[in-house]
Amino acid sequence: MKKRYIVLTIYLVIIMLPIYWMLNMSLRTNADIMAKLAFFPTDITFSNYMKIFTDPSWYSGYINSIIYVVLNTVICLVTALPAAYAFSRYNFIGDKHVFFWLLTNRMSPAAVFLLPFFQLYSTFGLIDTHIAVALAHCLFNIPLTVWILEGFISGVPIEIDEMAFIDGYKFPRFFFFVFVPLIRSGIGVAAFFCFMFSWVELLFARTLTTTAAKPIAATMTRTVSASGLDWGLLAAAGILTIVPGALVIYFVRNYLAKGFALGRV
Amino acid sequence: MKKWQDNKGWLFILPVFLIVAFSAIVPLMTVVNYSIQDIFGPGERVFVGTEWFREVLTDQRLHEALWRQLLFSGLVLLIEMPLGIAIALLMPSKKGFGASVVLVTLALPLLIPWNVIGTIWIIFTRPDIGLMGATINALGLTFDHTASGLHAWITLMLMEVWHWTPLVALLAYAGLQSIPPAYYQAAKIDGASAWSIFRYIQLPKMKGVLTIALLLRFMDSFLIYAEPFVLTGGGPGNTTTFLSIYLVKIAVGQFDLGPAGAFSIIYFLIVLLFCYLFYQVLQSAEEGEQS
Repeated sequence: MKKRYIVLTIYLVIIMLPIYWMLNMSLRTNADIMAKLAFFPTDITFSNYMKIFTDPSWYSGYINSIIYVVLNTVICLVTALPAAYAFSRYNFIGDKHVFFWLLTNRMSPAAVFLLPFFQLYSTFGLIDTHIAVALAHCLFNIPLTVWILEGFISGVPIEIDEMAFIDGYKFPRFFFFVFVPLIRSGIGVAAFFCFMFSWVELLFARTLTTTAAKPIAATMTRTVSASGLDWGLLAAAGILTIVPGALVIYFVRNYLAKGFALGRV
Repeated sequence: MKKWQDNKGWLFILPVFLIVAFSAIVPLMTVVNYSIQDIFGPGERVFVGTEWFREVLTDQRLHEALWRQLLFSGLVLLIEMPLGIAIALLMPSKKGFGASVVLVTLALPLLIPWNVIGTIWIIFTRPDIGLMGATINALGLTFDHTASGLHAWITLMLMEVWHWTPLVALLAYAGLQSIPPAYYQAAKIDGASAWSIFRYIQLPKMKGVLTIALLLRFMDSFLIYAEPFVLTGGGPGNTTTFLSIYLVKIAVGQFDLGPAGAFSIIYFLIVLLFCYLFYQVLQSAEEGEQS
């Protein structure tokens, strides 16, 4: 019993080690990083973080990312809820085919759609807007949300719906005041995965934006290609991209296992 | 499960259908257009039929990229699946502070933007400033993923295993949590060994989630782009140029729309084929569980 926790702890330390190393870098100046290899930062400095919080070209990246991620999560949940309800409750012409077609989009290579996406969104004048990235991320997030929610909805017996209708509930009132509260943990799990996959995606977000909606991830790649890298600054920016994710996990940690238990990620 | 027979269902799925169709069908048609035409500029295009497909299918570098991609996905599955299951078996089964810490730590790598993953591993493995790179070099071995293809592969595999094994572990853990305690009590009474508990109780109960883990890991590793792009840029040479990286090189780097379009369609069809096979397996697994 003891041995198994030792092995697990070692594994968790290995998980944390690269992240810790970046944290270590982010608290040191570039000259200090290049000068010596140290496991603990000796002269802790927050100058890298200060630069990010005061330079608009850096911090606007975070704001842009958060705007399109939230937009995407809202669009996905609002449209996917009724769709998941339909897939769970109704038999209709082509239901299985549409469901499979949706899932193929979760698995289509983003690189395939890159150029046509750029053309399509230019035609509509959407390039460099937050909504463009949010819509593009719907391509893989909506199928996922429908899939997760369908699982949770199928866990609610159909008899509950029938009883409510017999009791005289109209559909909208039933749906929003009875049904949605019943599957709120499912909605939480779905929102978590929408947030996560939209937050980590780079290819679409970078292609569809230039300046006004440029995500933080793209701001960072610009730094990588530049000569004379400022490792400390890069590390600080990286650490800050982990923070929103870590906060979200902390809030949904109790639902996490449940969402995974349905096996719908 | 009982369902209502009603085409009203279409009304509910209409918004989803429209949004996804806007982002999926229109671009797919554009790609088809690219793949059968030679485009010189706006309004100047010639129909070329299957020429681009022939060019792409005989492209030596594409074949290499495909084999490299299959090898990569295969290795990823071979390492991550057993490792993930092993970690799930080690995790504390009772809810509490310990389980929360383990869950949050495990999920952390999954929420880091993919290019930041690449950045983390650049910083971690560089021979001059990286902990891992410097440690290996201090042991007297030379390690530099920018110079040696083998070292680049090792670094990529380490990164991939570090990044995604937690997903397999979390899925397997969720599968284990769904086993009623009575099963274990019965096994204890029968005097079952740890191995037979794993083989006859835990593994069958995890079958569903493990199929999904397999599916997700295959798909995502087959489509991998951002992490190797940041870490190695497809190099040194072409040793880590995977399908997505090669495609973006052709499409955006060289702006060869025709071959890129044909390449895209072939790539998409390969993925679609695997999707279909996995979906069938998944369906039959679910039916097997219900009966």
